Amino acid sequence: MTNSRSGFTVGVTFALAVIAGIVAIGLGSVTVAVPEILQTLFKSAESAVNDTIILNIRLPRVLLAMVIGANIAVSGAILQAVMGNPLADPGLTGVTSGAAVCVLAIMLAMPEYTQFIPLAAFIGGMFAATAVYALAWRRSGMSPITIILAGVAVNALCGGVVGYLSIMYSDRLPSAVQWMNGSLAAKGNATLAMVLPYSIIGWILSFFAIRKANVIRMGDQVAMNLGENVNRIRIMLSILAVFLAAVSVAAIGMIGFVGLIVPHMARFLVGSNYKFLLPMSMALGALVLLLADTGGRTLFAPMDIPAGILMAVIGGPYFLYLMRRSVL
Amino acid sequence: MFTVDSISIRYEQKTIIRDFSFQVQEGEVVSIIGPNGSGKSTLLKAVSRQLPYFAGKVELDGVNLKSMSAKQIARKMCMLSQKNQAPADMTVFDLVSYGRYPHKKWFEKLRADDHEIIEWAIEKTHLTEYKERTVASLSGGESQRAWIAMALAQRPKILLLDEPTTYLDISHQHEVLELVRELNRDMGMTVMMVLHDLNQASYYSDRVVVVQGGEKAMYGTPGQVMTTDMIRQVYRMNSEVQFSAAEQKPRIHLLHTAR
Repeated sequence: MTNSRSGFTVGVTFALAVIAGIVAIGLGSVTVAVPEILQTLFKSAESAVNDTIILNIRLPRVLLAMVIGANIAVSGAILQAVMGNPLADPGLTGVTSGAAVCVLAIMLAMPEYTQFIPLAAFIGGMFAATAVYALAWRRSGMSPITIILAGVAVNALCGGVVGYLSIMYSDRLPSAVQWMNGSLAAKGNATLAMVLPYSIIGWILSFFAIRKANVIRMGDQVAMNLGENVNRIRIMLSILAVFLAAVSVAAIGMIGFVGLIVPHMARFLVGSNYKFLLPMSMALGALVLLLADTGGRTLFAPMDIPAGILMAVIGGPYFLYLMRRSVL
Repeated sequence: MFTVDSISIRYEQKTIIRDFSFQVQEGEVVSIIGPNGSGKSTLLKAVSRQLPYFAGKVELDGVNLKSMSAKQIARKMCMLSQKNQAPADMTVFDLVSYGRYPHKKWFEKLRADDHEIIEWAIEKTHLTEYKERTVASLSGGESQRAWIAMALAQRPKILLLDEPTTYLDISHQHEVLELVRELNRDMGMTVMMVLHDLNQASYYSDRVVVVQGGEKAMYGTPGQVMTTDMIRQVYRMNSEVQFSAAEQKPRIHLLHTAR
């Protein structure tokens, strides 16, 4: 995989994501043609209907899907480097459900504190990540099996708490169902405004982390030999990965498999060097979740199938395919 | 000069290495030998900071390693494990270029002089024609050489090798050890390595440390250390040792288990 080819592939994927985003804005119960979309976006034509549909409904949803897809994919790519493991993904390791438990606790038990949802998601994700390290860490690192088992344990525990909360607060549950399935329906500019600043901070930090990720993916012993403080990098990069996943959970709930599948596809396309793998995961993550969300709201219209459900339906078989090819 | 001063290593309440001291002079090749479970690899891992030790100190040119940053140490010392695995798509050139990492700040790119050092390390390990191949596609001996090339690009004063020949067949074992000796002679690089094979230790080392039950049993030139008595005591084997004053490298023939 030559550097120039990988760079080109990353560029093309970013361009594809942008084009797909513009097309997706036009799709829905009212179809808007691409030229009209561009006119509205760049304010060259006035149409109240288009303004409402595009600027207040479709655009925020499309951007949200792309931003969150990028976040989860980058989170997965970073976790795979620090855990030295192809199965490290915020969903399978339990980071997502750890974050979800705390968010749900606020949504159901303390709805007056909704402003603390992002913080709660982060704390829950950190707890889950710490638990996975504590359960799965051996002197020689983490094997795919122990990661899966630790993830199963954390996910089971979180599932139990979610079940408890759902029963205790069953009267308030309907408000949380969409969120629990990872839906972008009815998400608008407010959610986007909450997510975007955190995401931009996360992306900037991720780009600073590229070199560290490249060294730590070589294994602890090699990284240490090259003069790195392995434990410090591991903690810092894990916090960053949890942060990106938690922001996404806080905004739209649980979406699985993006963090697992996207870095795998990215690695296949541009190689394992994080200089390309990280931006590629970002672009591809944006594209994949956008497709999942747009597919969910158009294929079965007027039903709006949550993107999380579509990702699970696509992601499960892909996971099995990876196992068959013994990538894992 | 490399000094190991009264090191003790404990793992889960059990003392693996007890009050161990020895010195390695600059430009020497020193082998650590001993039976399985004697603690020889543990000793090398502690010296290279992979394992903690609870007493004693390790000094490089009179400076305690614990007072140096990881990066400072990485510029002077490099340790290679028995088996190393590079990411599947990493080329020999990419791997070797990681050796420059400790000499760079996080935003610095490789400069012309870094490229020179990388090319030199690749040439020194006879891998020029494999430069663009992936490390994963190389044979065991070639891949071990690629990792040594990475260590060379680090330009360390001292190279630590943990059983560098374990996973190689006999001819590749000698190929790697010849390379180690070449680096030692041409560049004056100090080498400290754990070896299993007594004849290899005898042939390629200036001095040999014998570890038995976590303690230093002997330390000296191969001629002083490789005796039938030592082999009987430490390995419980009867042997014949062929020694010529001219060559100074004893040749050991193991016979059978001592009663």
